[in-house]
Amino acid sequence: MTSTDVQQIYLDHQATTAVDERVVEAMLPYFNNKFGNAASRNHQFGWDAEKATQSARETMAAGINAKSREIVFTSGATESNNLAILGVAKMYAPKGKHLITCSTEHKAVLDPMAALQNAGYEVTVLNVDTKGNIDLNELRNAIREDTILVSLMMANNEIGTIHPVKAIGDICHENGVLFHTDATQAVGKELINVQEMNIDLLSGSAHKMYGPKGVGFLYVRRRNPRVRIEPVFYGGGHERGMRSGTLNVPGIVGMAKAFEICQTDRDSDHQRITALRDSLQAQLAAELTHLTINGDENNRLACSLNISFAFVEGESMLMGMSGIAVSSGSACTSASLEPSYVLRAMGVGDDLAHSSIRFSLGRFTTQREVDRAAELTISTVKRLRDMSPLYEMALEGIDVASVSWGAH
Amino acid sequence: MAYSDKVIDHYENPRNVGSLDKESSNVGTGVVGAPECGDVMKLQVQIEEGVITDAKFKTFGCGSAIASSSLATEWLKGKTVEEATAIRNVDIVEELALPPVKIHCSVLAEDAIKQAISDYESKQGND
Ligand SMILES: Cc1ncc(COP(=O)(O)O)c(C=O)c1O
Repeated sequence: MTSTDVQQIYLDHQATTAVDERVVEAMLPYFNNKFGNAASRNHQFGWDAEKATQSARETMAAGINAKSREIVFTSGATESNNLAILGVAKMYAPKGKHLITCSTEHKAVLDPMAALQNAGYEVTVLNVDTKGNIDLNELRNAIREDTILVSLMMANNEIGTIHPVKAIGDICHENGVLFHTDATQAVGKELINVQEMNIDLLSGSAHKMYGPKGVGFLYVRRRNPRVRIEPVFYGGGHERGMRSGTLNVPGIVGMAKAFEICQTDRDSDHQRITALRDSLQAQLAAELTHLTINGDENNRLACSLNISFAFVEGESMLMGMSGIAVSSGSACTSASLEPSYVLRAMGVGDDLAHSSIRFSLGRFTTQREVDRAAELTISTVKRLRDMSPLYEMALEGIDVASVSWGAH
Repeated sequence: MAYSDKVIDHYENPRNVGSLDKESSNVGTGVVGAPECGDVMKLQVQIEEGVITDAKFKTFGCGSAIASSSLATEWLKGKTVEEATAIRNVDIVEELALPPVKIHCSVLAEDAIKQAISDYESKQGND
């Protein structure tokens, strides 16, 4: 996708990103010319594939200040999270069966946690405040003798709030508890140093950083402490037994290239994207009343802008903003028929959750696209408010929250 | 999510958006749904000698909810009270080709019609 594509404006980079052309180039030879199996030890095809994955492993490791032997390639962050959580839970069960996470995690963390609960483990789910932040004291108090793992994400996928990962890592290490972080939304965007931050396990995914879908990684610390995990898949014993399965060589090469580009461009991308996001927010705020920014305005991903437009429903907004790809926390746009559990966990009322839109900007976003998105959002919200009974009530001075609504 | 052409048409060109004087004795108002559920419909009818002479709506909700209420006002105009109460949500589902997950929008519209008419009738003192 190119920035001159005016027909469709893509502002959903927290869902996925386009593969960077440079990444496509890097991957291509590994589909045909260099198609070997990285586990084939006795011919050139295998050696070439092994060399490519080894170099990718070094790139991934260097980018987070780890060692290459601490990188396990996976099919994406869903798998990485499952492997980290289930793998630690099984391996450390003799030590304890208590884990800690928080209410705004991705389902790829919450659901394996729920599966563990069904299997007899205990899980403490920390609450978040109205901006999506956890309370570090609550974390400290939740840690017990039998706690084996704390899993808290680096940055949230819906609201962009960034957790204080270093402080969390310190608390975990002081207490001898392993710390896993789902860094899917942060890898390539935020500086990550697993040593400084005391991270023991870290999940990432290529498709959120201009790499291909279906490939990710899990960092597993080997020293101070040495983390051991029971595999989720059993088979050929690849990835030092932690993740069996023939390596996705083109995907892995692409992920490393993507990460490399992210690191080279990080500062300039960060600055430019922050400026565009702030411009979008300012344009909306200048023209529309009754806006709520969801998330932590002073501590969120540069790309992320989640706003509730009171008195209008998200899906009807998306319909009016056709040509702009964004997502909504409204139930009507999701399969679950429930409004966003992340917003709900932050204490955002269901009415405002239904009115929320997530804009997420990216490397190829232009000022023109932002201006167009702002313009279309403003006109759509104004039009829909003119036909909203809730807006009418608000203008009449009726507090919508105080009305007793029938059951529906 | 794919919308039918009729839903899109009602969404883009909603019929009869607005409000009637809810204090007027020949206006009936129905407000159904709840903001937490993602839909609120306000539907009003003006009735003269047993015939609906005007209908207006305002809706907070998805495109299908807007279309359902817009269609309802279109159908109501010119109908007798008796004919109006005979409108069923399935008629709306069929006309707008609503998928199963959107059927509740049509149910809300039917409820809004009933509530508006019963509000009118209670004002007339003959409910
Ligand atoms: C925070 C977070 N964790 C996990 C995932 C799942 O990643 P993947 O699509 O690579 O399985 C996502 C992406 O949807 C995410 O945003």
